[in-house]
Amino acid sequence: MRKLFTWGRRSAIERGEMSKLKSSSSELDLDRPNIEDYLPSGSIQEPHGKLCLRDLLDISPTLTEAAGAIVDDSFTRCFKSIPPEPWNWNIYLFPLWCMGVLVRYLVLFPLRVIVLTVGWIIFLSCYIPVHFLLKGHDKLRKKLERCLVELICSFFVASWTGVVKYHGPRPSIRPKQVFVANHTSMIDFIILEQMTAFAVIMQKHPGWVGLLQSTILESVGSIWFNRSEAKDREIVARRLREHIEGADNNPLLIFPEGTCVNNHYTVMFKKGAFELGCTVCPVAIKYNKVFVDAFWNSRKQSFTMHLLQLMTSWAVVCDVWYLEPQNLKPGETPIEFAERVRDIISVRAGLKKVPWDGYLKYSRPSPKHRERKQQGFAESVLRRLEEI
Amino acid sequence: MGNSSSMLTQYDIEEVQQHCNHTFSQQEIVALYQRFCQLDRNGIGFISSDEFLSVPEFAVNPLSQRLLRMLEGLNFKEFVAFLSAFSSRASLQQKVEFIFKVYDTDGNGKVAFHDMLDILRDLTGQFISEQQREQVLTRVLEEAGYNKDSFLVQSDFMKILGNSGLRMEVEVPVD
Repeated sequence: MRKLFTWGRRSAIERGEMSKLKSSSSELDLDRPNIEDYLPSGSIQEPHGKLCLRDLLDISPTLTEAAGAIVDDSFTRCFKSIPPEPWNWNIYLFPLWCMGVLVRYLVLFPLRVIVLTVGWIIFLSCYIPVHFLLKGHDKLRKKLERCLVELICSFFVASWTGVVKYHGPRPSIRPKQVFVANHTSMIDFIILEQMTAFAVIMQKHPGWVGLLQSTILESVGSIWFNRSEAKDREIVARRLREHIEGADNNPLLIFPEGTCVNNHYTVMFKKGAFELGCTVCPVAIKYNKVFVDAFWNSRKQSFTMHLLQLMTSWAVVCDVWYLEPQNLKPGETPIEFAERVRDIISVRAGLKKVPWDGYLKYSRPSPKHRERKQQGFAESVLRRLEEI
Repeated sequence: MGNSSSMLTQYDIEEVQQHCNHTFSQQEIVALYQRFCQLDRNGIGFISSDEFLSVPEFAVNPLSQRLLRMLEGLNFKEFVAFLSAFSSRASLQQKVEFIFKVYDTDGNGKVAFHDMLDILRDLTGQFISEQQREQVLTRVLEEAGYNKDSFLVQSDFMKILGNSGLRMEVEVPVD
């Protein structure tokens, strides 16, 4: 069976020939880990023997890959809200479910709204005076604002009847460290924030969320970025570095996936957090879907709708693991470091890894991947032309 | 997740199954429908090129543009018929016919030298020079008993590709 695409391990001969095309391929290696290691491969057989017409006309491997991607692909799977099995389908359970709906919407929801409102009143009545009156006493003000932010986050979590189990040592305020976590929804931040007042790096959102970001989150020391601006990356990288140097700054929390994923998979981590030259403390978050699916599918729901959905469910149950801090190993590139940490988090939270960049939600893959395939095929053709 | 309001009835499933010559089971057709709705995000009844290209695995495929031309504007029934060549139940003949259709862009039943060159170009990109591509293609054609000006028809393809070594199968994930 002759396959034209050489997946997986390449022969030493090919590697030798590859050195002629080194300039483009070394760029490829630095940018990403080898996607081919993740993607399903057909039989990995080196084609050999003299090149004949059949080999050029037989495009079935490429077509099969394309059809495979059309039928199911590992990227779209990451953003699919997988609904739990409906259990209310018979005559006994359905009325029970209806009663549950009534309780949730007419009893729990109003109670929760009250809790949240009370929380906001307390928060604002403490925060506003502290913020303006203690303008001169920065250290004290910072400490109080930290406690207040943790307080309002606790109120938020209470408003969804959040049952969060924290495992591992609590984060400490030290310089030269960042925290990274997998991302399922913006509530990840709130759940982590109620335990420790992190500084966060986030995309600036419109609406009331944006207002909260520019006022309250500013006080814990947050950094804003804009996905669509290319130059933004350098500015953000610089601000990240400045932040971790400061001993007084709140510990920085980064979500290296860059986008919300459905809590069954992890997409590739952006290397920005891993090339700051500091300790990286991984945090793994796993939601229990029996109670509610906490995945925020930003394509389908606004954040307000998402919160309302959470407030009308029974509970948000999740586990948070604070894992062992990691450092860059000698000889390890930031990309490898990022992958290693992603592995640690994925294993702990029971998530599957996929080799895609989360930003592919918003843009097309780079032509480098296609070129790599073309290169492999071209080399195979040229090599076999020489064979007798 | 897509257009959950339009459900498939048993009649619809049977009609689609008929149209694809029973190459897919009913469960597979339901699974394909869920996938179709997932890809057809704005629910217009067919998947636009943009929506296909939002699948990164498809976008990096060298033949994606060619396939997009064949996939344009297909409704669900035609979409399943398109994929039928990749079913394990499809005959070797159907698979070879599909490959022929990919080559024969103008649909006149004949594949010329430049059609084969076009596909070779898609597959090799900038890594072989145009001249070298022509040389390689001419050489293998002559060795197979054709020449640069020959037209290949369906039966030629069947002769060249038609031994049982052809593997072109995709599994439809059924819940």
